[in-house]
Amino acid sequence: MLKDIVVLNEKETRGGFGEGILEAGRKNPNVVALTADLLGSMKLQAFIKEFPERFVQVGIAEANMIGIAAGLTIGGKIPYTTTFANFSTGRVYDQIRQSVAYSGKNVKICASHAGLTLGEDGATHQILEDIGLMKMLPGMTVIVPCDFNQTKAATIAISEYEGPVYLRFGRPKWPNFTPENQPFEIGKAQFLSEGKDISIFACGHMVWKAIEAGRILEEKGVSVEVVNIHTIKPLDVEGILKSIQKTGCAVTAEEHNIIGGLGDSVAQVAARHFPIPIEYVGTNDTFGESGKPEDLLVKYGLDTPNILAAAEKALIRKKH
Amino acid sequence: MDAKSTTYLAGEIRKTALSMVYEAKSSHIGGAFSMADILAVLYEDVLHVDPSEPKMVDRDRLLLSKGHACSALYAVLGLKGFFPMESLASYGQDGSSFLTHISHYIPGVEISAGSLGHGLPIACGLALAAKRKARPWTTFCLMSDGELDEGSNWESFLLAPQLGLDNLVVIIDYNKIQSLGFVKDVIDLEPLIQKFEAFKWEVFTIDGHEIQEIYTTLSSAKAARNGVPKVVIAHTVKGKGVDFMENKLLWHYKSPNATEYQQALGQLD
Repeated sequence: MLKDIVVLNEKETRGGFGEGILEAGRKNPNVVALTADLLGSMKLQAFIKEFPERFVQVGIAEANMIGIAAGLTIGGKIPYTTTFANFSTGRVYDQIRQSVAYSGKNVKICASHAGLTLGEDGATHQILEDIGLMKMLPGMTVIVPCDFNQTKAATIAISEYEGPVYLRFGRPKWPNFTPENQPFEIGKAQFLSEGKDISIFACGHMVWKAIEAGRILEEKGVSVEVVNIHTIKPLDVEGILKSIQKTGCAVTAEEHNIIGGLGDSVAQVAARHFPIPIEYVGTNDTFGESGKPEDLLVKYGLDTPNILAAAEKALIRKKH
Repeated sequence: MDAKSTTYLAGEIRKTALSMVYEAKSSHIGGAFSMADILAVLYEDVLHVDPSEPKMVDRDRLLLSKGHACSALYAVLGLKGFFPMESLASYGQDGSSFLTHISHYIPGVEISAGSLGHGLPIACGLALAAKRKARPWTTFCLMSDGELDEGSNWESFLLAPQLGLDNLVVIIDYNKIQSLGFVKDVIDLEPLIQKFEAFKWEVFTIDGHEIQEIYTTLSSAKAARNGVPKVVIAHTVKGKGVDFMENKLLWHYKSPNATEYQQALGQLD
């Protein structure tokens, strides 16, 4: 049951990345870190302290960073590029497309401050299109972990996977509820509850909001299946199908434009294999703005009540 | 260094590239010809590479960033035995791995390029990897002049001296013509030497068609591990070797017809 999930503490997912890259670095001497002048924001201090010779400061030059990372892989290293999600993707899309994805390079593009919860820095920095941009690239793996512990586990797991990866996480302190030192299986959906009435598929920060909404639904007697789709690509088609064939309706929740994000991916599975009513929670073809993270989630319709409303709508559509 | 055999190789590169471009009805022969002598010197006498082992760990890396001029690189790789020459017949044909922008699927080719401004950042990564791993290889990046319009290159020009990448040699094929205009009219690069000097690079200027000069400069740039990256500005002639192509904007994109092909081949023989 969702009510049994315990919040261990509140921590930044980017902090999980910082701990994860340190541990990945200890496990594998080929792991190197690059940053475009954001080492503090990316929580790289501990890694740099322990492995100063495996760190590259490229300056505020993201295109160069992606190219250098591609070059480093040819030398056998596993480069982790680090900057904000906006500068990790949109700014350098062609570099990623040609020099990393098409070339099949083992580059790990690690992106913090994704989505609205970046907060006060506003629309220029709050990318809400990056999941779509990255999932469209052939061969690119796209991972959006839900909390500190999972981000740490994912950061370690990608060092053991050969191929280009986009790892997306965020800035604010957020409920940390998944187990410490958990195994992380790329491409495998995480079922947080079992239910038979409705599926809620979420990623990143919105997984916690989905749990909150699910708890309320449970109290109302609705049997909810909350599923953490931490890997947008490759998508766990089998897991999604198994869920929707049982529940018959779904809600998707993501801190991203509903055009091109998690919701689209889930809907494609449904459309191709098992059409059901789906409601989307996410930003809708809009840029963000400056504000406190929680306030922005409310304003843009990404809060717990929005998931609840979407679920009720999906349940009604299922009946008709 | 045998200037005669290198000159012969450069001629063979031009003839092979010309035939490939003619048969495929593709373009960019002017930019292939302008760098043919540089490629001949690199593969004859400068690069530590082994056609029978193209992935040899400590090979020198040549990154062709001006990927549109790939016909000349494919040609020299074929002539040097990286793959059978017959396979070049598929260049630009359906199903071929010999794409008309350079493809990393071909033995001896380090990177795919086509979208410009990619080679130098990758070259910096390769040079940095060699530094950090204490490997002996030198990374060469052959770039076009028009390509210097791309901002990503200048991120690399800023950073490479900071990282002390003295195992990196950039060669600019300065043929003065880009896609649809003269470089000086599109974005004038001058004063180019001073730009690179201000960026703390060691700058060499050569005639990109003088075999001996190319060899002397590239080999000394390769040998000097003095803490500073090197850039070789090679003054070249677009379409070099065929009089009606030389310095003509037309031959960036034009594909030769049968008459032009025969005329050009005659001049190159």
